[in-house]
Amino acid sequence: MFGFVKLLRPKAELRRAADLTFGGSSATFRAAMKFIDEYRDGAIVRRIADVISSITTRPWTIMEICGGQTHAIVRFGLDELLPEDITLVHGPGCPVCVTPVEMIDKAIELARRPGFILCSFGDMLRVPGSRTDLLSTKAAGGDVRMVYSPLDAVRIARENPERQVVFFAVGFETTAPPNAVAVQCAKREGLKNFTMLVSHVLVPPAIEAILSAPQNRVQGFLAAGHVCTVMGYHEYEPIARRYHVPIVVTGFEPVDILQGILMCVRQLESGRCEVENQYARSVHRAGNQPAQTLLKEVFSVVDRAWRGIGLIPRSGFALSEEYAAFDAERRFELECITAAESAECMSGLVLQGVKKPVECPAFGTRCTPEHPLGATMVSSEGACAAYYRYRPWKGTQK
Amino acid sequence: MEGNSEIRPVCPLPIAQYPHVVLAHGGGGSLMHQLIESVFARRFSNPALDQRHDGALLELDGVRLAFTTDSYVVRPLFFPGGDIGTLAIYGTVNDLAMCGARPHWLSAGFIIEEGLPMETLERVATSMAQAAAETGVQLVTGDTKVVEKGKGDGLFVNTAGIGIVRHGVRLCPRMVLPGDAVLLSGDVGRHGMAIMSVREGLEFESRIVSDCAPVADAALALVDAGIEVHCMRDLTRGGLASALNEIASTASVEIRIEEASVPVSEPVRGACEILGFDPLYVANEGRFVAFVSARDADRALEIVRQSPQGGGACLIGQVAGAHRGIVTLRSRIGTNRILDMLSGEQLPRIC
Repeated sequence: MFGFVKLLRPKAELRRAADLTFGGSSATFRAAMKFIDEYRDGAIVRRIADVISSITTRPWTIMEICGGQTHAIVRFGLDELLPEDITLVHGPGCPVCVTPVEMIDKAIELARRPGFILCSFGDMLRVPGSRTDLLSTKAAGGDVRMVYSPLDAVRIARENPERQVVFFAVGFETTAPPNAVAVQCAKREGLKNFTMLVSHVLVPPAIEAILSAPQNRVQGFLAAGHVCTVMGYHEYEPIARRYHVPIVVTGFEPVDILQGILMCVRQLESGRCEVENQYARSVHRAGNQPAQTLLKEVFSVVDRAWRGIGLIPRSGFALSEEYAAFDAERRFELECITAAESAECMSGLVLQGVKKPVECPAFGTRCTPEHPLGATMVSSEGACAAYYRYRPWKGTQK
Repeated sequence: MEGNSEIRPVCPLPIAQYPHVVLAHGGGGSLMHQLIESVFARRFSNPALDQRHDGALLELDGVRLAFTTDSYVVRPLFFPGGDIGTLAIYGTVNDLAMCGARPHWLSAGFIIEEGLPMETLERVATSMAQAAAETGVQLVTGDTKVVEKGKGDGLFVNTAGIGIVRHGVRLCPRMVLPGDAVLLSGDVGRHGMAIMSVREGLEFESRIVSDCAPVADAALALVDAGIEVHCMRDLTRGGLASALNEIASTASVEIRIEEASVPVSEPVRGACEILGFDPLYVANEGRFVAFVSARDADRALEIVRQSPQGGGACLIGQVAGAHRGIVTLRSRIGTNRILDMLSGEQLPRIC
């Protein structure tokens, strides 16, 4: 559930990376290898950036889907190494940012109820609902607990049979399998006091929503490596064909990201629109089959509202009928708050790649991580937070 | 910027000010600084406090004293490499040493939750006695309170300390000058990740042991050797990044750090990668930074390396001239970025 995939064959993969990039010269990669440093090697990163510059002949706009990639790009300053013709825009792949405000309000409402324990990942605690956030709810006496795994929430339910324990299940396809395991585990144990407030979202429908929007300017995508580790990448193939965009399944380290960009630019320059896999050390075309079987059993695909973007058909998971008893929304009567967000909300435009964080007039002045106006500023993976944290002194970015 | 005129961000209702104290106010980041500034500093303002140092520097009949206090609320009470008792002694001793003072006397206050096993309290007291003997301080006064079950977290400890400042020594953030070298006494992030691993039951391949240790000998050795030291600060909550930001801000300088020169042990790096933490913001309890004149930098490094806790000392950057009050970091890749202060504690990422 954490953004961490142990590399299976790092040495072989780096050689492959070198071969792909430099046409077979892998002398650079003879050094001793551990699991991270090789993918953060400044010399390799610069060499890939140089190759990108040498093959780029005109302007291209590429979106990285995942918030983890956005964070790495800004943290390592990778966009500064790219030629001016390449514009990176940041996608909606930050689960904290896209969880709709009414779901946060529901979580807060549950946390306030006597006899309830609301378990959540740490990231969600500071995201504002329509009136307050979970951190303040906790300070005001609500029982909010930060957990590191959904199984911790199951354990809390087991240890507190007289309390209702609700796990706030958010995230993309990556976090869905462990959440499915948790609910399966609760069912097997016959726990009557464990439920999940589910707000899971799916990547492919979001890509389609971005591509079919009239203001779309994205010409190529870096797909999220961890999502594809679970789901594979076959479902991106029809999208690449239909919208004529290259999609490169990409990892999260600087070398990964630059190589993903390189593969994407190569396709754009040669007019191809295929799905390619940069992150082969973790991702296979078919994905993780047992995990997918589990997801089919526990969840069903539903329409979901995305914060800042709006309703996207068939873009999320809800608990299936078989697990209805574990669905907090069905189990408890929750006040239906329809806190409509303005269509002008800048964070929505940022999430769709239409605007960059620094193009917002509130960025860094009225909107900071301490006083966030939107979710993209709250989450550590949010594009605005990444820009604020790593480069507040700069003016407008390309 | 394009299209500013038609865009009016009306995002979800902002939480401009928290009406209650939230946990993040204690995280050592900018929320905590806001709280201190807005609630305490402006009400208590005086010349000693306004120095914004680890302890107050006071003069009494020609004797220069350093005075400091700290409260300890660690959970669990015992962790790999230490316990709340050793923290309470070392933490206060270290704060005094950062003022250039030899620690002499400590007070200890105990807030004990009803039901705490007597054996636990005795273990903590034994640790404190050992740590005091080790660092050459005496616990000369104290206080004990017991609160109802559920009104405390087992045990809270407060210590305050008095030390005598070395003759002629004047250390504080405002003494930091452009050109100063920044020296770090060892690898960072151990304490925070050691606590995290036991508190949350996270099992990593190698056991991470807290760096909890006294740094007074190493710090005072610098002063005694006549090194031109301008400021020292021990790293605690908020880690290296927060300490550097506090100093940059008080001294109105830019501190430039080389990411590759900041040592982080492999187990700490691995654990941080898994949780999405930046080790530069993770808590330490036995490390300090020293700002020394560039010409003394190599000699200072030698001296710190000879101390028991300073074997891994290194130079991590320098103070630049600009009056900006920021910390910048040159990444391993060679790009530059801001090393900002976090608003609260780091929160583990979802995925």
